[in-house]
Amino acid sequence: MANSLFEEKLNSGEFLVTTEVGPPKGADIDEMVHHVDLLKDRVDAINVTDGQSSVMRFPSLGGCLLVKERGGEPIFQMTCRDRNRIALQADLLMAYSRGITNVLCLTGDSVDVGDTKEAKPVFDLDSVQLLKMIKTMESGMDIAGNELKGTPKFCIGASVHPEADFIEPQLIKFDKKVAAGAQFLQTQGIFNLASLRRFMQYASQFDVRILAGIIVLSSAGMARYMNKNVPGIMVPQSMIDELAGVEKGKGLQKGIEIAAEFIRTIKEENLCHGVHIMAVGNENIVPEILEAAQLVKVRRRTGKRSV
Amino acid sequence: MIVAEQKNLEEIMRMIAPYERVMILGCGTCMTVCNAGGERETSFLHGALRLAQSKSGEGTHSFSEYTVKRQCDYEFLEVLDDKIDDVDTILSLGCGIGVQAIAERFPDTPVLPGVNTAFMGMAKEWGIWDERCAACGECRLEETGGICPITRCTKGILNGPCAGTKNGKCEANTDMDCAWILIYNRLERLQQLEKMRRYYPPRNFLAVARPKRVITKANTEAGENNG
Ligand code: SF4
Repeated sequence: MANSLFEEKLNSGEFLVTTEVGPPKGADIDEMVHHVDLLKDRVDAINVTDGQSSVMRFPSLGGCLLVKERGGEPIFQMTCRDRNRIALQADLLMAYSRGITNVLCLTGDSVDVGDTKEAKPVFDLDSVQLLKMIKTMESGMDIAGNELKGTPKFCIGASVHPEADFIEPQLIKFDKKVAAGAQFLQTQGIFNLASLRRFMQYASQFDVRILAGIIVLSSAGMARYMNKNVPGIMVPQSMIDELAGVEKGKGLQKGIEIAAEFIRTIKEENLCHGVHIMAVGNENIVPEILEAAQLVKVRRRTGKRSV
Repeated sequence: MIVAEQKNLEEIMRMIAPYERVMILGCGTCMTVCNAGGERETSFLHGALRLAQSKSGEGTHSFSEYTVKRQCDYEFLEVLDDKIDDVDTILSLGCGIGVQAIAERFPDTPVLPGVNTAFMGMAKEWGIWDERCAACGECRLEETGGICPITRCTKGILNGPCAGTKNGKCEANTDMDCAWILIYNRLERLQQLEKMRRYYPPRNFLAVARPKRVITKANTEAGENNG
């Protein structure tokens, strides 16, 4: 029996759509509530980011609770940046008890890239060890080998960078994540179908679901900036030219078109098991992308959970 | 070796302010090699402090300087026995270990740290020092091609590179090589990539529980008490 509605869908073989919301920098959650309400019935699950880019924010677990309250299916992004193994396990127990059972296991960004650079970086575990630890908890024990009163069950995932500039070491890491129990992988934003095809050729030997990361570009400048600064991102020149060619103020529209087209092709060619749309800061446009990609469907909201 | 950087003059002057007779104490070992507090730096600092005092017209410090072979060893501190009563403080240019050795050896004399001890490492080229060892207590260099991920990866992770590596550099500092790319390349060269494919469990932080103590066999005869 599935540990979450999302897990059920992962196993169903249907083309999946996930997206993400970033919690606010502050106590005002109105905008996040708005985004969750807008997206919850349009996608299969919503990731809630965990202090993305090492910026101090409202917590991922809190955001997941909110998604749950509003009737959506949350994916709890958990990084190892701020919590040691004791705190991570405690949060996992809390999550499970509130029906938050999809966990995306990440190492987390370096503290130095964020807005609180002087904080102590934790990294007691890495992403692979976090996956393993969850598996251990599912066997009824904590990481130190002590028995748990009540065993949590999760659906666990991780991330992968198919367009990393040096792919071999990343593939070794990918193998380890799968071996550690990852059931699904959401990729870093991907822009080249060829690299997705190549990666899927490799990944298809494993029993794991891959959701291609879709980042919505809003201008040629943004694309160039990401190419230069964001690891694992390679926007092709042809896409940059396309964005550069449009009138001022129409960039985002073009970006939506590009993303929708990309998603359509992935689906038509059955390249992978779904997409993960990252509209960083532009969550409002996700419905438009889905429409343009002809992915509008009424999604099931209730499912069986083996609690 | 241990690498440090001398504190700036302002901070040093703030520290010595309450004391009249200041002995600037260099260290002839690591601090000499990394140019933070050897005989030469001790004498430079001595000159700089004198100059600063005469320029400001304030301050009535009297300075002396001395460099011992090694500050982190009682044996080499003995030479100070007949000088210690003539000073109000020791401004140590030894590493943090040297400073504490002095504090233990001369319980009645305040000791001030003149350098910021940075790490254990080596010279990359003249004047550029890089960290190499974090003293984690469980050396795993055999598994990682002789390159330490605990020290040289910002996150100290054990199962391969994070997603932040780009052009072989680290996301936290693009001047620094990504440790895991170095490890991959080295293991590939040695035809030992299977070592990277292995799963490594979380570190055992009991091995670095602070403070640590190592007891060598030679020193564990019955009745021996190092406390
Ligand atoms: S980029 Fe490399 S060195 Fe930097 S944190 Fe990631 S794995 Fe470690």
